[in-house]
Amino acid sequence: MFFQLAWRNIWRNPRRTAVIMTAIVIGVWSMIFLGALMRGMTDQMVRNGISTLTGHIQVHRKGYRNDPVIENSMTDPRQVVSTLEKTLPSDVRWSSRVRVNAVVSNARHTAGITFAGINPSQEAEISFIGTSVTEGRYLKDDDTYGIVVGKALAEKFGTKLGRKMLVMSQDTDKEIASRAFRIVGIFRAEMEATEKEFVFVTMQAAQRMLKMKNGISEISLLLPDAKDVDTVADSLRAVLPAVDYEVLTWRELLPFVTAYLNIYDGFIFIWFIVVFIAMGFGIVNTTLMAVFERIREFGLLKALGMKPWWIIKEVLTESFFLLIIGMIIGNALSFVSVFALSRIGIDLSAFAAGSEYFGISRVIYPAVYMYDVIMANLVVFVLGLLVSVYPAVKAARFTPIDALAQT
Amino acid sequence: MSIDMKMAWRNIWRNPRRSILTMAAIAFACLLLVFMLSWQFGSYDTMINSAVKIHTGHLQIQAKGYQDRKSIRLVVPDPTRVGEVLKDIPEVDEYTFRANAFSLVSSMDRTYGIMVTGIDPGREAKVSTIEHLIRQGKYLSDSDINKALIGELLAKNLKVTLGDELVVLGQGRDGSVAATVTTVEGIFSSGQDVLDRSSMQITLKDFQDIYAMRGAVHEVVILGKSLNAVQKIKETVVAEIRKIDNNHHLAVLDWMELLPGLVEGIQMDMYSGLIFYLILVIVVAFSILNTFLMSIFERTREFGVMLAIGTTPGRLMKLLLLESTTMTMLGIIVGIIAGSLITWYFQIHGIVISGASDIMSRFGIPERMYPRLSLRSLVIGPGVVLIITFLTALYPAMKVRHFHPVEAMKAV
Repeated sequence: MFFQLAWRNIWRNPRRTAVIMTAIVIGVWSMIFLGALMRGMTDQMVRNGISTLTGHIQVHRKGYRNDPVIENSMTDPRQVVSTLEKTLPSDVRWSSRVRVNAVVSNARHTAGITFAGINPSQEAEISFIGTSVTEGRYLKDDDTYGIVVGKALAEKFGTKLGRKMLVMSQDTDKEIASRAFRIVGIFRAEMEATEKEFVFVTMQAAQRMLKMKNGISEISLLLPDAKDVDTVADSLRAVLPAVDYEVLTWRELLPFVTAYLNIYDGFIFIWFIVVFIAMGFGIVNTTLMAVFERIREFGLLKALGMKPWWIIKEVLTESFFLLIIGMIIGNALSFVSVFALSRIGIDLSAFAAGSEYFGISRVIYPAVYMYDVIMANLVVFVLGLLVSVYPAVKAARFTPIDALAQT
Repeated sequence: MSIDMKMAWRNIWRNPRRSILTMAAIAFACLLLVFMLSWQFGSYDTMINSAVKIHTGHLQIQAKGYQDRKSIRLVVPDPTRVGEVLKDIPEVDEYTFRANAFSLVSSMDRTYGIMVTGIDPGREAKVSTIEHLIRQGKYLSDSDINKALIGELLAKNLKVTLGDELVVLGQGRDGSVAATVTTVEGIFSSGQDVLDRSSMQITLKDFQDIYAMRGAVHEVVILGKSLNAVQKIKETVVAEIRKIDNNHHLAVLDWMELLPGLVEGIQMDMYSGLIFYLILVIVVAFSILNTFLMSIFERTREFGVMLAIGTTPGRLMKLLLLESTTMTMLGIIVGIIAGSLITWYFQIHGIVISGASDIMSRFGIPERMYPRLSLRSLVIGPGVVLIITFLTALYPAMKVRHFHPVEAMKAV
């Protein structure tokens, strides 16, 4: 009976109901949709970070994280490699790398970069470089002198495919080793900074140049499901001696990204609360109005013997309907707009330098997190009912005498 | 108080609870906007000032193309003459000269490729904050020979400390080999990784000797009296420089051109902020629309009487708008006052966002942030609220024009 009564009551004044529902719909929509955009932005940030030679997990020699120099490389990785082969599930992709700071130069320019020696075929499965070469070709396993450089670096150096590039870095004897490479490919990356940061050669070429023999700097792992990061990392920590090796997850390797994620977690929740407060005033006011214009009715109901508690329940049921309908439409609208944007995304190219500055990709695709959707709806529903208690209690307090006094 | 105003005022307080709730919604939106905008503008100012103070200055005079290519060959050949021009421009506070070269720096067991910058110690201290960023040792003086300042992270990477020797190897302006040995005199920490990890300062005199600069520099860095004076200085400098720059190969760049990422980043942040605020204000508008609607429909009879005794529909509309605008203004004033008080409190005590200090320092913002009240931050938010609420109130007020006295008086 409550439902029927409440349902009929909210449609006694359709305009008023429509207005407050619009407020709820826009509120819910803005919570979920803008939340999804923010999540999309941070997701992309994480994805970029992971694919830019980070991976989900990295294995280093102890001390490399703090001081990533050639002395801290793994001189004989065979033991680690065989341990990994035994421990890891077969669907985990991984690859070894040489990674050192170096200087590249040509006749006119010099720049500091990160010099990466990679296993071309394995690397292609775990990081961006496999699919990012836009001019020339990607490295081959037997490339001895080939180098792949970023578009931005090539432009800055005024160089192109087929030209030479000199790489200088410190070798294991602490001497400056230098070697000329020929540009076989030019890659593009999401961030210009990445294009200026990395140059790639094969691992064998890097090892020979730096006199590392079989030494490597790091092993990077990519898991089929990012959620397993901690379990896999723990299982590796259990089998690799902690005195010699460190096993780090992307959360530790990318502290900036992790900090961003935490900030956005907080920010999204604050946004939910702020939007709710904005519509909370409307919900209270509308419900109050609906209650006050029905003083006579409530007085009569009471005179007929209706208990105050029932009246509270009746008014709350009205709010319940308002909220539920607003939420259903709001959710539907957000999913439609997320879906509409899921292919094209929001293009920030107009602010290319700005998005680069904040480390955001040029195109943002919304990403819906079930957690956010549930949270947004819970906030609206629970707080919405909570603020309706005030008008409901008001209604319950009307006495038949009040009602008679009212014209 | 005119009669209209009096009626509006009394009408507002006929239903105090409803009016207060409505004004509270408006006040809440204003409070939030004042605080958020003060915060955003405050952090932009901090970002700009720290970027300007740590490296770029307000303006720079460089050879054309130097900004993009940073080639050692692109020089300002005669800095003294440029200096003479700048000395006579009243808005210019200070200026200094710098020269940069990418070089290899080696300690006993490590080598890194970094940017070596030649600075004029006396002038530099007035333009940039570098002197105050020294954490160990001391700042350079004009008479120092073969002394260097390095960043904290670079010192850690090179495993050197004060008094250790560093070998610098680079290429001179003429393509010759530039090499020298310098001693670490001071270690600085700017909080900006790029600078702390890959830069080294030596005296300009040393730099010009080592890199065969023949008296030339790469950047003439200008600090104006204030950020607002930048455009004016730029115009004057461009005009004056043209007189001495016969080959037209000098360029005058302001901080916006020197830091395009920062400028666009700020714009992006501002626009995305505006979208959030706009949506918030629209939610508030729908929240209060009902109040405005109700205050009209429950008074249908009253309006019928007023129309019958000769009130024109136009005056009735004006009366209603006066009522809603007064309510809005009250809410806005309360919101501005409350927002200012809260902002003011944080302006003095600062806010620490836990876990964000790494990100903040990357953008040159100190860990404790201070919002800054300004005319802009006080006016923009409440202005938007005023416009949107007025538009909201317009809809119910327009309805009144279609009322017919006889029918309206019949309404209950």
